[in-house]
Amino acid sequence: MWTWFYRLASPPYVYRVASAFTPWLLLTAGIAIAYGLIDGLAFAPPDYQQGDAFRIVYVHAPAAWLSLFAYTTMAVSGAIGLIWRIKMAHALSAAAAPIGASFTILALVTGSLWGRPMWGTYWAWDPRLTSELILLFLYFGVMSLRAAFEDPARGDRAAALLAIVGVVNVPIIHFSVQWWNSLHQGATVAKFGKPAMDASMLWPLLAMLLGFMLFFGAVLCMRLQGEVLNRERQASWVREAIKA
Amino acid sequence: MSVGGFWAMGGYARFVWPCIALAIVILIWNLWSARRYHAQALKRAERAILMAGSKAS
Amino acid sequence: MSVGALQAMSLVLRRELCLSFRRPDQLLQPLVFFLIVTTLFPLGLSPQLSLLRQMAPGVLWVAALLASLLSMDGLFKGDAEDGTLEQLALSGQSLAAIVIAKTIAHWFVSGAALVIMSPLVAVALGIPVTAFPTMLLSLSLGTLTLSWLGAIGAGLTVGLRRGSVLLSLIVLPLAMPLLIFGANATDRAIAGDSPEGAVYFLAALCVFTSSLAPLAATAALRITLE
Repeated sequence: MWTWFYRLASPPYVYRVASAFTPWLLLTAGIAIAYGLIDGLAFAPPDYQQGDAFRIVYVHAPAAWLSLFAYTTMAVSGAIGLIWRIKMAHALSAAAAPIGASFTILALVTGSLWGRPMWGTYWAWDPRLTSELILLFLYFGVMSLRAAFEDPARGDRAAALLAIVGVVNVPIIHFSVQWWNSLHQGATVAKFGKPAMDASMLWPLLAMLLGFMLFFGAVLCMRLQGEVLNRERQASWVREAIKA
Repeated sequence: MSVGGFWAMGGYARFVWPCIALAIVILIWNLWSARRYHAQALKRAERAILMAGSKAS
Repeated sequence: MSVGALQAMSLVLRRELCLSFRRPDQLLQPLVFFLIVTTLFPLGLSPQLSLLRQMAPGVLWVAALLASLLSMDGLFKGDAEDGTLEQLALSGQSLAAIVIAKTIAHWFVSGAALVIMSPLVAVALGIPVTAFPTMLLSLSLGTLTLSWLGAIGAGLTVGLRRGSVLLSLIVLPLAMPLLIFGANATDRAIAGDSPEGAVYFLAALCVFTSSLAPLAATAALRITLE
C-alpha cells in the first residue's frame, strides 16, 4: 500500500513523473487562467462599492493564497526530509521556495496597487500586510541559508529547519484579519459557510485560484527536475535520463 | 461592457492593468527561471558524466 | 563521574559566565552599541523630547534588537572554533540542556545588561518614569525571547562564512512580531493606557518561544555538527 510513497523517494521516478506531469499541468493551468482572466476582467459585473478596481482580486487573491500554499509546501516537505531523511523531499522544498517568493511579491505589489484607490494609501502597517511582508523575508532567509552551505545536504537540512520555524507565520497571516482590527478585508472564500461573493464574480476567481495552483504544480515539477539533477549528478540513472 | 470601458476599467485603469501585467510577468518569469534552472542542471550533469568517463579511462 | 542534566546545565552556565567576564571588552561592546544607536535617532530626527517620546519605545526596541544580534553570533562560534562544541555534543549530556544553559548565560550578559541600562537611555529619549516598570518588564521578556530566537539562528549559521549577516537576516523577520508588541506595550504605558494586554501577549510569546526554541536550536546544532 505504501509503494507509491517509497517510489516518491526514488530520484529517477520523481524525475520521470515530474517530466510527464509538466505539460498537462501547464495546459490545464493555461485554460483555467485564460477563462478566469477573460471572464473576470470583461464579463463579471463591477462591484457595488469598488467599481472595476475590484478586478484586481483576480490576480491578488490567487497570488496571496499561493504564497501561503507554497510556503506550507516548502515547510512540510522540509519536515518530511528532516524526519525521514528523504532527499527528494528536500528537492521539493528547494524547488518551492523561489516560486513562493515570486508570488509573495506579486501579492504585495498588487495589494499595494489595490490599496491606493481603496484605502488611499499604497501601504499600511496593518497585521496582514506586515505578516505577508515578513513571509517574504522568511523566503529570502530560507533561500539564503540553503545557498550558504558548501555541503548541499547540510544546507537542505538547515533550510528545512528554518522553514519549519517560520511556518508559524502562515496561520498568523490567515487569521490576522479575524484576530486584529485590520484594514484588510476579511475572508471571502476561505471560510466556513457561504462565500461572501456573488456567483458571477466567484467563478472566475475560483478558476484563477485553480489555474494558479495548477501553474504552481507545473513550475514546481520543472524546478524539481533541476533540483533532482543537481543532487543526483553522480548517479547512474542520470546518464540514461539525460539522453532522453 | 464596451471595448473602451474595458480598457478604462471605470477610471481605475492605472491600478488594474499594471496588476494584470505584473501577474503575467511573474508567471512568465517562473516559467523562464525554471527552464533555465533545469538547463543549467542538465549541463552540469553532462559535464560530471564526461569527467567521470574520462577519469575511468 | 557521571553528571545529571541539571548539574551539567549549571556547570555550563558557570563556565559561560566565567568566560564572558574574562573578556569585559566583549561584554561592554553591545552595551556601548546600544547607547550609540539610541543616540543616533535624536541626532538624525529631532532633539525635541516631546517628539522623541513618541518614537521612544520603537527606538529603544530597535536598538535593543540590533545590540542583541551583535553578540548573538558568538553564542556557539567560540566553542565551535576550538572544538569544544563537538566535545559537548559527544559528551553524552543532553545537548538541549547545554543549549539552554548557554542561551540563558548569554541573556544574562547581554539582554539583562540591556534591561539594566534601559532607564538611562529612556531618560535620554524622554520616556516618563511612570512608564519604566512596563518598559523594564517588556524589555526583559523581549530580550529573553530574542536570545532564544538568536540561539536558533546561531545554531543554523555557526561555522558559515559571513554567518553573522545571515544570522541577522534569519532572526530579524522572526523577531518582528516581538518588536511590534514590545514597542506597543511601552507606548501604551507612556500614553497612560493600561499595557496589560500587550504585556500578557509578550509573556505568551516568551513562553511559547522558550518552550520550542531550545528544541529548534538543538536540532540546528545537530545539523551543523553532523
